[in-house]
Amino acid sequence: MRRETILNAVLYLAMPVAAALAFAMDEPFLITLITRAAIFALAAVGLNLALGLGGLVSLGHAAFFGIGGYAMGILAHHAQTYSPMIDSWIVIEGTKSMPVIWLVAVVTSALAALAIGALSLRTSGVYFIMITLAFGQMFYYFAISWPAYGGEDGLSIYVRNSFPGLNTLDPMQFFVLVFVILSAVLWWMGRLARAPFGLALSAARQNAERVETVGLGPFRLRLVAFVISGAVTGLAGALFADLNRFVSPTMFSWQMSGEFIVFIVLGGVGRLFGPVAGAMLFVLLEYLLSPLSEFWLIYVGAILLLVVLFARGGLIGSLAGREVAHD
Amino acid sequence: MKIKSLVAAACMALAGTAALADGHGGKVKVGMITTLSGGGAGLGIDVRDGFLLAAKGNDMLDIVVEDDQQKPDIAVQLADKMIQSEKVDVLTGIIWSNLAMAVVPSVTAQGKFYLSPNAGPSALAGKGCSPLYFNVAWQNDAFYEAGGLWANENGIGKVFLMAPNYPAGIDGMTGFKRTFEGEVVGEVYTKLGQTDYAAEIAQIRASDADTVYFFLPGGMGISFMKQWAGSGVEKNVMGPAFSFDQGILGAIGDAALGVKNTAHWSKDLDVPGNADFVKAFQDEYGRLPSLYAAQGYDTALLLISAMGKADVKDTAAFQAALEEADFQSVRGKFSFAANHHPIQDIYMREVVKEGDVVTNQIIGVAATDHTDVYGADCKM
Amino acid sequence: MTPILLIEQVLNGLQSGIMLFLMAAGLTLIFGVMGLINLAHGSLYMIGAFAAAAVAGWTGSFTLALAAALAAAALAGCIIEMVVIRRLYDRDHLDQVLATFALILIFSEGTRWLFGSFPLYLDVPAALSGPVRLPGGILYPSYRLLIIVIGLLIAFGLFQLIARTRIGIQIRAGESDREMIGALGVDISRLYTIVFALGAALAGLAGALVGAIQSVQVGMGEPVLILAFVVIVIGGIGSIKGALVGALLVGLTDTLGGVLLPLLFGLFMDPSSATTIGSALASMSIYILMALVLLFRPTGLYGRA
Repeated sequence: MRRETILNAVLYLAMPVAAALAFAMDEPFLITLITRAAIFALAAVGLNLALGLGGLVSLGHAAFFGIGGYAMGILAHHAQTYSPMIDSWIVIEGTKSMPVIWLVAVVTSALAALAIGALSLRTSGVYFIMITLAFGQMFYYFAISWPAYGGEDGLSIYVRNSFPGLNTLDPMQFFVLVFVILSAVLWWMGRLARAPFGLALSAARQNAERVETVGLGPFRLRLVAFVISGAVTGLAGALFADLNRFVSPTMFSWQMSGEFIVFIVLGGVGRLFGPVAGAMLFVLLEYLLSPLSEFWLIYVGAILLLVVLFARGGLIGSLAGREVAHD
Repeated sequence: MKIKSLVAAACMALAGTAALADGHGGKVKVGMITTLSGGGAGLGIDVRDGFLLAAKGNDMLDIVVEDDQQKPDIAVQLADKMIQSEKVDVLTGIIWSNLAMAVVPSVTAQGKFYLSPNAGPSALAGKGCSPLYFNVAWQNDAFYEAGGLWANENGIGKVFLMAPNYPAGIDGMTGFKRTFEGEVVGEVYTKLGQTDYAAEIAQIRASDADTVYFFLPGGMGISFMKQWAGSGVEKNVMGPAFSFDQGILGAIGDAALGVKNTAHWSKDLDVPGNADFVKAFQDEYGRLPSLYAAQGYDTALLLISAMGKADVKDTAAFQAALEEADFQSVRGKFSFAANHHPIQDIYMREVVKEGDVVTNQIIGVAATDHTDVYGADCKM
Repeated sequence: MTPILLIEQVLNGLQSGIMLFLMAAGLTLIFGVMGLINLAHGSLYMIGAFAAAAVAGWTGSFTLALAAALAAAALAGCIIEMVVIRRLYDRDHLDQVLATFALILIFSEGTRWLFGSFPLYLDVPAALSGPVRLPGGILYPSYRLLIIVIGLLIAFGLFQLIARTRIGIQIRAGESDREMIGALGVDISRLYTIVFALGAALAGLAGALVGAIQSVQVGMGEPVLILAFVVIVIGGIGSIKGALVGALLVGLTDTLGGVLLPLLFGLFMDPSSATTIGSALASMSIYILMALVLLFRPTGLYGRA
């Protein structure tokens, strides 16, 4: 087996093993922390399709994360107050059912990604970075100033939403749910990367003209990738909101988008398990460094800087060698 | 009622997972979640320092302080950590309403006490109130309602209102309008975090208001006051104390002189213990205390007073001990209404210069025994 | 709304646009010459403001404070260019984004560590603290007029620098063909350091000028940075002229949108929902402007295709 494959297996198993240990030691908070890492990993896995495979550096993925979060928040808010969401010629009720919420989160964030992507993908390179950043900010300001759903205060959901057959308020059961979703998405992303779509997308990153001559429009390829990418990040947003039982405009903030990129680069760009490694490392750093000093973010900044300058390829790259393989 | 039954359900579900706290032998373990990094850190640091000053030398208190970075998700995570891993008995420290809304319901649902040293969102004073939640600072509307009352008494007829376009801003202006009897000639809601107010100042100048009443916390207020001074517009300026606090006045300087602001505390307030507090705070930290520091100090005093009367493990007894509020507040008389929010006097202060230091001085009482209007919705 | 009020608001829009230009000019120069996207540009703005506040506090002189802001930001620019940025020129944009994101964390928390968590005091000089009466009876703050004048002078100076000086020729050459200027014997690494320091100094000056009428605090740079991005996307990356036009457009849209949109909605709505909806839309107006420009000109108004 190649070193990266072994490393991926270790990374993949680290989460459930750590969660099981925390469960045995009766440390429910640690399980919550691991769940948080898994959800961040999911969000970054979504971004990684656009960024790693498609070469689209989106600094606005927090928009989809937030939309997913608000899909959960708004539906659950209406369900918990027993007020219908739309009450005119058609009546739409809120819901506390996770599968329904996930579906809505995925569809709405995909639609948003379609609109943002259709505009932003007309450009490339540094324009793309700045435009996605600006669209993310647009959602942020809108969420703050729109009073219907709490504005800056956000929405509190008092009880986690339900999933048939599970007690989602139990940290371990919720973790298992998140982990299964993360695994399924990872498996799908792995297949997607090897499928004709993934290969063409990757080729479009390296040489757009060549793809064009084979008869595949790079614009459409990228748009599809961007939409899928946004939808996955949106799903992660819905889960994140459920983890905290709370949603607020900070999910839309540009620092959030920056952190997703940080996860990917810390782990290793363009590698399937890169975001997983990066998210775990970041949550661990946050947990270990924040009690040390009020100014712990300086250390995070310094570590990031060192990784970018000297440890190219991130964690996986440093441990498993330079070459990037998408499996 | 619906929310309460939901909270009760959450309580049951979480109680199964949160391990029962073991006894600390009469000690109380306090978890303080507050903002210590980023742009809003000044407020959190003041609350923490005030709290620690009152708790200094008290070996019955075991205090854990953590930084929420002003992010709701981090605050929720820290609350879970403190309850589940650190096994704290009491939580406190949150500065911002949106963080309080994210944290407080889940804390009280897990059977822990929460003492708010700052934020007082209306939901937690009304329908979402809880026997375990005590607000030691104010309900968010308090300073504004008092501002409206003072304006009625002091012949202010036409007012221009301004606040950021977010819930705390809109609530604040609603609070002012609730008590103000004169005419509101203009009302502007600005973007949160806006730093240039030239456009708004032009609108205010063009209006026939005699007074501008605004709420712009932190850097927004600093920007507005500096630009206001440069515009040469001659109108009275009023607001709640949040824009004219000690930490902020230093950055505004002379531009703030003469501004009237409502607060429940001032460093020159002549009540027992206040002068000692101001001096002790200056000796300890080398700066003047702000009202946030006073709130942090009072929060610790309240907690210590209850510890003398009951064991924190006996929830009902400890709740009763907290309700008595048997401590000498640096604000003077202080008691809790039925919804566990303060009944207190609110003063009008004016920004003055003492030597080189720009600071506040009390010029009168704006509201006596003030309490909030949301208590009617609170069913405990 | 009276015409006089409208004129005053237009002046306000111009002034905020000109401040944005100082930020955007540096960003767009750095991108044009070195192909580098610099998220830490907002930190340089903050450094300028803090340096000015500190020096004004010690000496009481506003002129010295401005000089200190220029010097501190240029120095910080030189240092980060030589230590960090230099290693990023041949990297992809992703690495640049991330490294400069890390620099923001370091500068923000470092500044807080040095200066504390409370906003600093920096005021306009006494001579400029009041309003002046403009033709037509408009009372306008004299300091803001000064900002407009300084901004226009700097814009003029930059155009001259690029059109007429030796370094300007090198900059233009670098924009069109990076390898070429190396072959012509220009010391590229020196040129890059100078351009970066120039961009940094402009940001620092903007920070100090604005700091006097706004709040000097940690994190003040990032909102301006994002606006500056919008400006150069609209204007076209690499174009100084585009930065000027884009900055004025954004400044005017932002200012006038905030004033006019609530009034517009007030025509057919009750006042309180008109203010909320109008304000919510106004906060999005510049992004809508950006989207519109991109629909018709994907590379911005003056960008090269």
